[in-house]
Amino acid sequence: MNRDLVRTLLCAGAFGLLALTAAACGSGDETTTTEVAEQVTNPKVEAVVADYRDYLQQNADELVATTEPFVAAVVAGNLAEAKALYAAPRIPYERIEPVADTFGALDPKIDARENDVAAGEFEGFHRIEKALWEEGTTDGMAPVAEQLQRDVEALAAKVRGVELQPVQIAEGANGLLGEVSASKITGEEERYSHIDLVDFEANVEGSEAAFEAVKPLLDESDPDLAAEIESHFKAVFNSLEPYRTEDGFVSYTELTKADTRKLAREIDALAEELSQVPAAIAGDE
Amino acid sequence: MPPNPSLTRRRLLASAGVGAAAVGLGGGGFLAGHQLAEASDDGTGSVPFYGPHQAGIDTAAQDRLHFAAFDLLSEDPRELRELMRAWTVAAAEACAGEMVGSVNDVPLAPPEDTGETVGLLPSRLTVTFGFGPSLFEKPGLGLAAKRPAALRPLPPLPADELNPAESDGDICIQACSDDPQVAFHAIRNLARIGRGTVAMRWSQLGFGRTASTSRSQDTPRNLMGMKDGTANIRAEDTGAMERFVWVGGEGPAWMRGGTFLVTRRIRMLLEVWDRAPLQDQERTIGRHKYSGAPLGGTDEFEPLPLEAERGGHPLIPRDAHVRLASAKENGGARILRRGYSFTDGVDESLGELEAGLFFISFQRDPEQFVAIQRRLGSLDALNEYIKHVGSALFAVPPGAEPGGYVGEALLS
Repeated sequence: MNRDLVRTLLCAGAFGLLALTAAACGSGDETTTTEVAEQVTNPKVEAVVADYRDYLQQNADELVATTEPFVAAVVAGNLAEAKALYAAPRIPYERIEPVADTFGALDPKIDARENDVAAGEFEGFHRIEKALWEEGTTDGMAPVAEQLQRDVEALAAKVRGVELQPVQIAEGANGLLGEVSASKITGEEERYSHIDLVDFEANVEGSEAAFEAVKPLLDESDPDLAAEIESHFKAVFNSLEPYRTEDGFVSYTELTKADTRKLAREIDALAEELSQVPAAIAGDE
Repeated sequence: MPPNPSLTRRRLLASAGVGAAAVGLGGGGFLAGHQLAEASDDGTGSVPFYGPHQAGIDTAAQDRLHFAAFDLLSEDPRELRELMRAWTVAAAEACAGEMVGSVNDVPLAPPEDTGETVGLLPSRLTVTFGFGPSLFEKPGLGLAAKRPAALRPLPPLPADELNPAESDGDICIQACSDDPQVAFHAIRNLARIGRGTVAMRWSQLGFGRTASTSRSQDTPRNLMGMKDGTANIRAEDTGAMERFVWVGGEGPAWMRGGTFLVTRRIRMLLEVWDRAPLQDQERTIGRHKYSGAPLGGTDEFEPLPLEAERGGHPLIPRDAHVRLASAKENGGARILRRGYSFTDGVDESLGELEAGLFFISFQRDPEQFVAIQRRLGSLDALNEYIKHVGSALFAVPPGAEPGGYVGEALLS
């Protein structure tokens, strides 16, 4: 493995998805810009990055498009319709969440849970979710909804300019599974609507898309690992099937401890393998 | 990825940096045979993982325990073989005080070793593997014909109040060490290696040994404040070990030199016990509380005066624990006890200490335990103060040689 390249990538923020430029890496580090440049001009790497950027863009666009009718229902004071339209924008958002995370203030504005932010700063999807399900009203939510629309549009615009490296895409795949383990499998994400399994599936879909994007690189360095990961992804999706309903998934509150334990077990098994990918594809260079 | 030699935990600390850790194969080499009481308990001692018997049975009992039972998720015999192979290698590394795995200094890869024992001593870690009856009932594994006749699930026993979630399992791992973090690290890393193939079913931490398994050790006290295990088999008594602990010609070939492991999670009703007068506590057990001597005696190790009477009554009451558990009252049957005290917070429904004894015994045939527990469960005065809430039985195969793996004779 090329250690310098790895260090540069790490320095560029491999734990998020956003590439800072190598020059921003700070002094004292013998920056190997040339190696990064080499990697970027590798056609296979370019294809990987282009594929995943398309995926990001599609989901960002879908986020904007599905947030619009949801916001309109909230502004119009139509409680039932707002509840019915709440899940649709959550899906594209959860698929690309680690990217939003790298835009600093946008993620908390869009997706913070009540305890994540200071009192009075609670806004975005979950503020409206709380009003719809817990307070049973859209009263006072129109400005929150309109701000949400502006925020998802700002997010989509930023996604358009995002720079990525394959290792960061692979780290993002891991990050999405970390989201599942930390907040979906525990029912903390959608604590009023209990649509956590919708988010769960979207996180895993996003993780799979990121994995599929870098898979051509992994196929060269470790095809066995690639095959194992694909079969683990299948197992995770299969484990969700018993809970699928016509319009989504059963409420999180219907899951037993044995159910969540089985789901967590499948996620852990997948994540353990997936965590090997960044080093494996970096070694490919 | 260039494979790096295993890092010795102590040496890693001493080296300039993780990235420069091009150290040779770690110390702690694999000696043939087991050390019994020789390994020092000051932390520096290590117990060889490889040998004719698995370690952690005739090893002088360490102070701390982490025990885990797993459910096997796959019925593919190859996967089980690979798991036992990987577990054997990792367990041997951990017991030698080395880091687990070879990828521990690659910036983009999660380290294979979880790291919490870096800088810690080997601390006499032993890792002991066992196979539960349910493993032999999985058609895909094809092990039914190799099942030892003695490996039947324990029958219902008097006074059982078992919770299935704290009982049984396809595979068990017992990790013992004088350092609790070293024992925890072993279970954590082995569970991680097994992820996707096994899922942890239950696990138990033990914070203090309640048995001596070597003549070099003092008899410890259990949470009732009583000396426990005075009459235990000692590893130095190789005749008793052969007779009562190690499986011989009666077992299938793959079990020779192995043993059977019973665990019982015994909840002690400490609040009730603490209110019992000293005299009642001593009569319940049959020993004096502080000296550990049999009732009427002065020395811990004097023989139990089972025939002695005072005022027309037996000196050791008929329902005293030591009488009912004694070899004399059990047709000569003995078992090797190796249990640990535990506490797991507060009993949710009672607000009392959730604490007791995690009983572990090793025996050549589980029937030795069953016969003793049948008598204890129905007659023992101690039953007023305890409940058996978890139970498990495992066949512990003999040890592995370097290059082989635990259970190889069963699984190959």
